[in-house]
Amino acid sequence: MVVTLQHYLAVAAILFTIGVFGIFVNRKNVIIILMSIELILLAVNINFVAFSSYLNDVSGQIMAMFVLTVAAAEAAVGLAILVTFFRNRGDIAVDDASVMKG
Amino acid sequence: MLQGIAFYLLSTVAVVAGLLVVTAKNPVHSVLWLILAFFSSAGLFVLLGAEFLAMLLIVVYVGAVAVLFLFVVMMLDVDFLRLREGFAQYLPLAVIVAGVLLAEMVMISLTVVNRGAAADAASPMVATADASNVETIGRVLYTDYVYFFQAAGIVLLIAMIGAIVLTLRHKPHIKRQNVADQVGRDAKTAMEVKSVTTGAGVTPEDLV
Repeated sequence: MVVTLQHYLAVAAILFTIGVFGIFVNRKNVIIILMSIELILLAVNINFVAFSSYLNDVSGQIMAMFVLTVAAAEAAVGLAILVTFFRNRGDIAVDDASVMKG
Repeated sequence: MLQGIAFYLLSTVAVVAGLLVVTAKNPVHSVLWLILAFFSSAGLFVLLGAEFLAMLLIVVYVGAVAVLFLFVVMMLDVDFLRLREGFAQYLPLAVIVAGVLLAEMVMISLTVVNRGAAADAASPMVATADASNVETIGRVLYTDYVYFFQAAGIVLLIAMIGAIVLTLRHKPHIKRQNVADQVGRDAKTAMEVKSVTTGAGVTPEDLV
């Protein structure tokens, strides 16, 4: 049972697909959408680390760190927007998020 | 052999947890499944020899991001069942798109990667003989990628400022500390001398 690079790529592909699937099915719940984005970024990170490991180049792990940074920033700002949106509307259904314009 | 068992165990847990994140009825459960997915992925990172990133994943994601999600989910009083309307309606489209996406990605990873040098390597690098994983990352991060590192810091700073600006609000009727007022006080404005007639007593109205 040798674990090759393709195994890791397959896991990352499945996780990425689950993230996209989650965005599609939970179109109204913006919290789940944010979590799906986190799953997608996690899949990207797995790809980065797997390639970094199998190519014996540490740059991939550093890129994964930057992805992690951006993901944390994105979650913080996204949830802040969500809280503000909830205060203004009393609900977080994204269907009527277009009233926010301006 | 042991590595294979660990890989299949961790990846199965990660995939199942990921699926439950997007299908769970209660968003609090979703967050908890997300934590499980991150934990298993951290295990995969350890398997790949990236111990530092595995720890980072647990500290940053489980310790900060997931707790932030948990706070927000529990703080907002939302009817989550209503938000699940349309789940069945979008399901067929989602399955089709996800299936196509997965097939494409698996095909690409099987064909393109087979041609590269990556396919030749049989076992992942755990650590080089002269330096550990953390040491290698540190050496490269603070030399070749130092500007990117600084930029990442700025990204986090701006995200922090943005989150504060978005959520901070000054409610009226709430007493706040005003440092300038406190420091600017002097004896003349802070104290008032009232003359009270002797023997007449003092009522609370006199003191106002």
